[in-house]
Amino acid sequence: MDTDLNSQDRKDLDKFIKFFALKFNLAIKDIPEVTHEAKKALAGQLPAVGRSMCVEISLKTSEGDSMELEIWCLEMNEKCDKEIKVSYTVYNRLSLLLKSLLAITRVTPAYRLSRKQGHEYVILYRIYFGEVQLSGLGEGFQTVRVGTVGTPLGTITLSCAYRINLAFISTRQFERTPPIMGIIIDHFVDRPYPSSSPMHPCNYRTSGEDNGAAYPSVEDSQEVCTTSFSTSPPSQLIVPGKEGGVPPVPSQPAHGTQADHERMVMCTPLDGALYSAATPSSSEDTETVSNSSEGKSGSPHDLLETIFVRKVGAFVNKPINQVTMASLDIPFAMFAPKNVELEDNDPMVNPPDSPDVESPLQGSLHSEGSSGSSTGNTHDDFVMVDFKPAFSKDDILPMDLGTFYREFQNPPQLSSLSIDIGAQSMAEDLDSLPEKLAVHEKNVKEFDAFVETLQ
Amino acid sequence: MNCRAEVLEVSVEGRQIEEAMLAVLHTILLHRSTGKFHYKKEGTYSIGTVGTQDVDCDFIDFTYARVSSEELDRALRKAVGEFKDALRYSGSDGIGQISLEFYQKKKSRWPFSDECIPWEVWTIKVNVVNLANEQERQICREKVGEKLCEKIINIVEVMNRHEYLPKMPTQSEVDNVFDTGLKDVQPYLYKISYQITDSLGSSVTTTMRRLIKDTLAL
Repeated sequence: MDTDLNSQDRKDLDKFIKFFALKFNLAIKDIPEVTHEAKKALAGQLPAVGRSMCVEISLKTSEGDSMELEIWCLEMNEKCDKEIKVSYTVYNRLSLLLKSLLAITRVTPAYRLSRKQGHEYVILYRIYFGEVQLSGLGEGFQTVRVGTVGTPLGTITLSCAYRINLAFISTRQFERTPPIMGIIIDHFVDRPYPSSSPMHPCNYRTSGEDNGAAYPSVEDSQEVCTTSFSTSPPSQLIVPGKEGGVPPVPSQPAHGTQADHERMVMCTPLDGALYSAATPSSSEDTETVSNSSEGKSGSPHDLLETIFVRKVGAFVNKPINQVTMASLDIPFAMFAPKNVELEDNDPMVNPPDSPDVESPLQGSLHSEGSSGSSTGNTHDDFVMVDFKPAFSKDDILPMDLGTFYREFQNPPQLSSLSIDIGAQSMAEDLDSLPEKLAVHEKNVKEFDAFVETLQ
Repeated sequence: MNCRAEVLEVSVEGRQIEEAMLAVLHTILLHRSTGKFHYKKEGTYSIGTVGTQDVDCDFIDFTYARVSSEELDRALRKAVGEFKDALRYSGSDGIGQISLEFYQKKKSRWPFSDECIPWEVWTIKVNVVNLANEQERQICREKVGEKLCEKIINIVEVMNRHEYLPKMPTQSEVDNVFDTGLKDVQPYLYKISYQITDSLGSSVTTTMRRLIKDTLAL
């Protein structure tokens, strides 16, 4: 087979594949550590039949629990395309494949998790050669075939298998080993793989690294950051944005360039291990509600105490309440206020069950073994706070501005215009008609004289 | 040669239109752009590099990668802005579609003008929904994010089928295949058009045409 390909083409093909495995033709900034690791894993070899190059992405909590999230696999099979031109078509197709890889990496659930990594968990990667091991991805994982490129020596396939079931089973629930705080720099994982290469963190993303306009342009963001309705003094609590106000940003904390805007960040509390939405690189959000659970994360049986102030809109009757919650078995109990009955019925606080399929993230990390996983509260990953906009009434169901506006846009009809009254008056008119006619007939002569004066 | 046509459909809220369209169009153009060609004397050429960057959406739980070219971004934003305005102010039920067409120019002899032959058309059908309250909006943010993830995967699958692509042109022919007007990236020649459907289900242009025809017929 090798003799079919001339030596220049062979060299080119090897070069392209090697560069693809590292990076190529795209101006991707090399992270030296990753390049070094990749080169080490390649060790002068290339992916070949039976010898796939795999990159495994996993999540590790500060307590030491870990979970595989994705496995990217670059495989080669024996199906050859002899007719294809190496230096031209294969190059272009490999380049296209790399762009597709970039596009797909932003679309998997692990990406959003990686944007939120910080004190509670980190994302690690590992590169290895050999048979791909998908068993760590849990049940029902999805596979995306990013693309294939035929070459004279075989067909290269890039695929990504990612976990759907993000239920996090804590393996350390009963071993109270001290949590491993901070970022794990090097960690040897005991895995039954042919090459047990070390895991490395993926948290190289710093706010200084963005290349200029790496984040959405400022003018778009400013359209977003209008003030909320309330004119009361700022409280400690973040409220979800309302119409025309700041939209809630549950999953993406503000990054470097947006330090200027008052981005409201909402915590995305997840059951089991409690994660904060802040990354180490976001420096500006003093208003973030932290669960004050750093260092206290763990089983939902931990007592969580939070004092927060409900932000109340202007012109609203109810004074600002202070609610202190101590949660017991139910996670997210801090967001389900106990002492105000109205709020149990309040759809804002206890939203009705979403009938649709939950996003993989929304299924989130509900710990399977833990008791009291919140029932029916499908909107667990963001805070719903009872926000009283201006003009809202308390005695009726609290409503948001949109509902208020719609209701009062159609006021009831004036009673004088209603049909009943009209009919009534017409009946009266009809009844009085004969009398009026009699009177007019009597005065016929006067009317005639009047008409003549007009002529 | 038949033109390849792909259709994608999305349902979004009014304020999500721009970001959703930009996400899809940028993803397609990421795959259909190369670095600038630098032709050398011996008839060979080298290809410049293409930078990429991430864009976080404000109204959708979604991030996409796009080519790092401000010129290209501006061109797309302009087209998408016009589409969004047309969709919101046309008085229609909020159904419209935007098309991204890749074409090749074929030089014709005088007096005929150059022909534009499309080889790939991407059509994105948009259905604008109106939501009643914040809770629904929050659900919409997430759902549209998931839908866009699926669309990106669809786009990638189509791109990697390696179906017809114009041949790499010689230096004299490069403007017939690529848009060489941008300074930092070279996409295939493309044009963006849109169509708004009014509530009767027919497009506004056909309604106008019918009206004019009817008036002339009297």
